[in-house]
Amino acid sequence: MVTNLHTNAQTNTLLEVKNLNVDYLASNGTVHAVTDVSFTLQRGEILGLAGESGSGKSTLAYAITRLLRSPAMITGGEILYYPRSSQEERNTSRVTLTRLSRNGKREHKKNGNGHSEDEKQPIDLVQLSPAQLRDIRWDELAIVFQSAMNALNPVMTVRAQIMDVLRTHRPHMGPDSRKQRALELMQLVGIAPDRLRSYPHELSGGMRQRAIIAIALALSPEILILDEPTTALDVVVQREILTEIMRLRETLDFSVIFITHDLSLLLELADNVAIMYAGRIVEKASRRDLYLHPRHPYSFGLLNSFPALHGPRRRMSGIPGSPPDLRAVPTGCSFHPRCPLAFDTCHAVLPLLQPAQGEENGQIVACHLYDSRFKAEPPATADLARAYEALAEGRGVQ
Amino acid sequence: MSDPGQAEEGASAYHHPGPILEAVHLRKMFPLRSWNLSGPKRAVHAVEDASLALYPGRATALVGESGSGKTTVARMLAGLYSPTSGAIRFRGEPAKLSDASYLRIYRRHVQLILQDPFSSLNPVHGVRYHLERPLHIYRLVHNKTQETEHILSLLNRVNLSPAEQFIQKYPHQLSGGQRQRVAIARALAVQPEVLLADEPVSMLDVSIRLDILNLLLRLKEEERLALLFITHDIASARYFAEETLVMYAGQMVEGGPSDEVIQRPLHPYTQLLVSAAPDPDHLSPDGDTGTPLAGGRSLLPARGEIPSLINPPSGCRFHPRCPHAMPVCSQRFPGRTELGSGRWTHCFLYGDGETSSENLHSSVTPAQTYQSSS
Repeated sequence: MVTNLHTNAQTNTLLEVKNLNVDYLASNGTVHAVTDVSFTLQRGEILGLAGESGSGKSTLAYAITRLLRSPAMITGGEILYYPRSSQEERNTSRVTLTRLSRNGKREHKKNGNGHSEDEKQPIDLVQLSPAQLRDIRWDELAIVFQSAMNALNPVMTVRAQIMDVLRTHRPHMGPDSRKQRALELMQLVGIAPDRLRSYPHELSGGMRQRAIIAIALALSPEILILDEPTTALDVVVQREILTEIMRLRETLDFSVIFITHDLSLLLELADNVAIMYAGRIVEKASRRDLYLHPRHPYSFGLLNSFPALHGPRRRMSGIPGSPPDLRAVPTGCSFHPRCPLAFDTCHAVLPLLQPAQGEENGQIVACHLYDSRFKAEPPATADLARAYEALAEGRGVQ
Repeated sequence: MSDPGQAEEGASAYHHPGPILEAVHLRKMFPLRSWNLSGPKRAVHAVEDASLALYPGRATALVGESGSGKTTVARMLAGLYSPTSGAIRFRGEPAKLSDASYLRIYRRHVQLILQDPFSSLNPVHGVRYHLERPLHIYRLVHNKTQETEHILSLLNRVNLSPAEQFIQKYPHQLSGGQRQRVAIARALAVQPEVLLADEPVSMLDVSIRLDILNLLLRLKEEERLALLFITHDIASARYFAEETLVMYAGQMVEGGPSDEVIQRPLHPYTQLLVSAAPDPDHLSPDGDTGTPLAGGRSLLPARGEIPSLINPPSGCRFHPRCPHAMPVCSQRFPGRTELGSGRWTHCFLYGDGETSSENLHSSVTPAQTYQSSS
């Protein structure tokens, strides 16, 4: 499984997902929630995952953290995690936080076959046993859930919940250093230390979210997965939390996978954005490329679903129809029933992620419109806009 | 195709000069139970002095964070809560909402659309039941054929087609957007003149939101409904409504034409709200500074949250978070300052109740001092 292919040229790669498939084995048909998803996450990168509900973004996050429960199953693919080699220091100016020593821990960086190797050898998270996973989770990979408001235990104080993590993952730490660490973490996320004794119901929504982030960062993970971290919060508080996350990322040097349906948010903070539709990534580009020239008609539609704060006020059209039933995804490109630019090939041939015709900037798209085999001339962004407008006019007079 | 609303303004004034529904100095306190009977009476001061007017064919957006009292205002207008003080005027006359027979007529004209279509429809009843109830209650139909016809036309009006199929479905068979359409159809069944939409799209999926907003826009334009659009999303307020009112902790702080309020916010709270809203334009081709969150412009520091409304800060409730707070701000709430062209604000920075227009055009606006002071 893991070969020497992944050694050089990927020194900065932290996580590599290859052809991942996740199915929900429901009684009335198999739901293909994530289909053939591949992407890489670089060190220090913020990768945004956007899509409608049901596009598989949360399932993907759960798969990466191996938190999927039956009936969900990873049915194929690899999730390769590249641990930092021991010589490599995290280049951080860590003033408030010292990396916790891992003394007393088992040597945990083993690959799936169980034989200890050079530490640069990637680990396939899909193959790990529960015991091996325990070493990876939280230490390397932490997740902040969608309803973080409810993720705290209501009958434990915040401090007890932080110390709980430390007791489990750092058994050698004494009670005093655990308390000290809890205090550090609270300061890190900007909560007054006296709130450590508070129970979750005594905290506001924003503070609860901060506490959750503090707990996620307790063991200074390499990857932080944020699954709709601010959806339930007000805009001002949301902005506050996001600023905090960005600041922490600067000081603590972790990578972020940020999952949200709010594309306008991702365009502000992510380095790269991947758009998911019906379980597949349909486009991946830097935020600037995506904002200036979305290629996939779905990306364009999604981008155009958010009214702007500035510029001329104009009637917007959105994307017609609704996402497909994942038990019976349309043949060919799964977006074709909603796509204003669909042509014959779209119904029959599955488009694969590839650089758009004649482009070298790393923007990859799964759409036949940009494939020279099917279309001689790729559409410009204005063409997408026109197609949507024409569709809206045909629909608007009902 | 061009402007979702503003072209309507002149026309609406022509058709119906006066507001159809008006709230005048509404106030609402929710008393708290207290164990100490001799102790001071405590209450949640949910809404303090809210005034607004709704006109046919026009939408007014009420913007604010959760806890700002915007839903309470809508519920008072719908007759679900009785205001502690203040008046509601319907067609220019005081609405006697305590009178049950008046309320019945009033509710025929003023309908509320709730936020969550997953809980506002009864799961054990089908679409037909939800739509036939208002028709029966207000005796709008007299026989089954008429009823079916009426329901089908309602479903078509909210773009649920084929209507013949949707009429027999149950809520669990519908998607979120379809449910919200049923909820809108139910509100439309009694041919109301005013629709109070309380966050009608915030529970829906991104691609569906715009569809529902466009549906409401169409109803506003074609059927000349007066709309109150409650939202926390300032961008959709701009998209949807001609007029925007901003509430903070139960107080109305600023109002005026939507574009004006959002492009040039005057009250420090509105400035905070606008700067906190996600905005891909931070990433303009020439203004990208590399740090993703800061983008091309400096953001206001977003510290603190809405205060407790049991013991709200005295005077202007925003003063503990306001970078321009002056001693007078904590003493009393500033009066309404008219700033011309329909804009007004409650803020001492722009005056205290008198009409002044020179501040608006002065060379140093508070927006600029905000950044230097932080």
